[in-house]
Amino acid sequence: MPTRKTMGQNLFEKVWDAHAVRSLTNGQTQLLIGTHLIHEVTSPQAFGMLRDLGLKVKYPSRTFATVDHIVPTDQRVEPFSDPLADAMIRELRKNTDEFGVTYFDLATGKQGIVHVVGPEQGITQPGTTIACGDSHTATHGAFGAIAFGIGTTQVRDVLATQTIALGKLKVRRINVEGALSPGVYAKDVIMHIIAKLGAKGGIGYAYEYGGSLLESFSMEERMTVCNMSIEGGARCGYVNPDDKTFEYLRGRPYSPDGVDWDNAVEGWRSIASDDDCNYDDIVNIRAEEIAPTVTWGVSPDQAFSINGILPDPGTAASEAERLSIDEALDYMQLEPGAAIKGTKVDVAFLGSCTNGRLSDFREVAKYIKGHKVAAGVMAIAVPGSQIVDVLARKEGLHEVFIEAGFEWRGAGCSMCLAMNPDKLVGDQLCASSSNRNFKGRQGSPSGRTVLMSPVMVAAAAVSGVISDAREVFQVEQAST
Amino acid sequence: MPLERIAQVSGSAVYVPGNDIDTDRIIPARFMKCVTFDGLGEYLFHDVRKNEEGIDRDHPLNDVRFSGASILITNANFGCGSSREHAPQALYRFGFRAVIAESFADIFFGNCTTLGMPCAVAAAGDVSALAAAVEETPAAPITIDVEGRRVSGAGLDFSVNIPPAAHDALISGQWDPIAELQEGNAAVADRISELGYLAQGQ
Repeated sequence: MPTRKTMGQNLFEKVWDAHAVRSLTNGQTQLLIGTHLIHEVTSPQAFGMLRDLGLKVKYPSRTFATVDHIVPTDQRVEPFSDPLADAMIRELRKNTDEFGVTYFDLATGKQGIVHVVGPEQGITQPGTTIACGDSHTATHGAFGAIAFGIGTTQVRDVLATQTIALGKLKVRRINVEGALSPGVYAKDVIMHIIAKLGAKGGIGYAYEYGGSLLESFSMEERMTVCNMSIEGGARCGYVNPDDKTFEYLRGRPYSPDGVDWDNAVEGWRSIASDDDCNYDDIVNIRAEEIAPTVTWGVSPDQAFSINGILPDPGTAASEAERLSIDEALDYMQLEPGAAIKGTKVDVAFLGSCTNGRLSDFREVAKYIKGHKVAAGVMAIAVPGSQIVDVLARKEGLHEVFIEAGFEWRGAGCSMCLAMNPDKLVGDQLCASSSNRNFKGRQGSPSGRTVLMSPVMVAAAAVSGVISDAREVFQVEQAST
Repeated sequence: MPLERIAQVSGSAVYVPGNDIDTDRIIPARFMKCVTFDGLGEYLFHDVRKNEEGIDRDHPLNDVRFSGASILITNANFGCGSSREHAPQALYRFGFRAVIAESFADIFFGNCTTLGMPCAVAAAGDVSALAAAVEETPAAPITIDVEGRRVSGAGLDFSVNIPPAAHDALISGQWDPIAELQEGNAAVADRISELGYLAQGQ
């Protein structure tokens, strides 16, 4: 254990201490969960367990529900053609009705991916603890919340007691200093971090992202970074709150107002990590080193620069690594020593809790005007929420996408995990702005996923092959 | 009500090799279109066990020599990715009662413990030796001494790491924390009234 040299605390420690109710007999902490988010996939069994135990939802005003994983993005009227999906949405409606939980249903105009809905409603706030039966809950850490995924039995625990049993995490500070080159995005930053630290590098840690680059990032960029913490093994990732955080939250439906707002901002400022706090580990990264990044394998840490050369299993450092590379290249149908650039793409997916926000669609729209999706490529743009959809339409973004040959869909998780009709077929290869390139992730047991930033997805869509967006869209590079 | 104390798990074992085996691999998302966990065992590792026509592929879990195995042996970062409890539920309903691996993803580890399914962390060399021994004598009974943090059987005996919180919860029969969490209800109510953002609207 590192010795405590100073009096300062980091944000994780402050939020943890504020929510630690008591110690449990096994040494874990009973941690108060301030805000609980639920969706249709991981909550029905938890409500079933509550019924079996004869329990109620203890603090129903602290749980918020929406429907995202199973919602079709093209058929928005119920009953859904898939009876299993239809049963799931009906079950969520029944459970939220019966237990008095706020539910952002399709008819509310506020439905969307749970990690897009929380921030846009102002439910996600600094200094809070947020849990959800979904591993991408770290997204909310962009606001300086301690937010993490939980299992369904823990969803039951939160519903029944507003707490869970949890052991304290260590904190790794990841500093990214400097400025990104044109054509490089927040998505590339987090993929670069995961490639550098590994898919299991963050086990046992919360990641605190900071440095001048993170400070310069918008809230939506910070959400993209925090979102993929779990792909690096970190259950939780966050950015210290600042004026940008507060400005984002001002005036949102669940944000405090009037005198409460001023008090809240004062409290939020005070929970940021102190200058003299300790970390269990510190990693430093230069922003200039980060290139447009793509995955080449079947784990999110199998990623490299778009101009990278595919690894050769024969030169792997260990037998385990050799097997991993071999397995990944075999599944992806890629050759050692070759470039990934130029690999044929069948599907382009723009959306997900990683990159399905208004700024993502705005950024892509800047480049795809005047371009057309290549023949043989199916390209879909899926807003992360109904509100993102409405705002994008107000700006005419949907028309830009449709004109370029994308389908503009309704809000949901869509092809990120294919629990809905949006799925790969056979061994199709998808250029995807989502977060996981696991085998079979996008719905076909042999489907192939290459993760990348939204603008890189657009470049793949219009060129029909995995491409460097800076070349396709002639992104001007700063002179060196 | 006290639960079963899980001081040891015994049974035959099977080795499913691989690092970073994610929960999508353990239970593909399309089988999660359900409102209970019943029946998930059937779909365990579905897409690596079955081909696209539903015919068995070459996979350790399809090998009759290992049928009935209740201990799963695997490599590093097992259970990474999605937080879906459907993954440990599928393992449990398939018949597994414990997992031995080089390391586990955090959320998966917690989900297993809460089901009373111990996850034991073993050194890479011990995992390889155990995998080889089980391949040699598939029916060999393997024992995980949860309390003493050791694995024995098939001529091997080595120590494993089971972190203190999980260890204590399993051997004391408190691996499902709901009863103890409920005992804290009054303290929780007090804390809520102290925290500004939670006190509002209560």
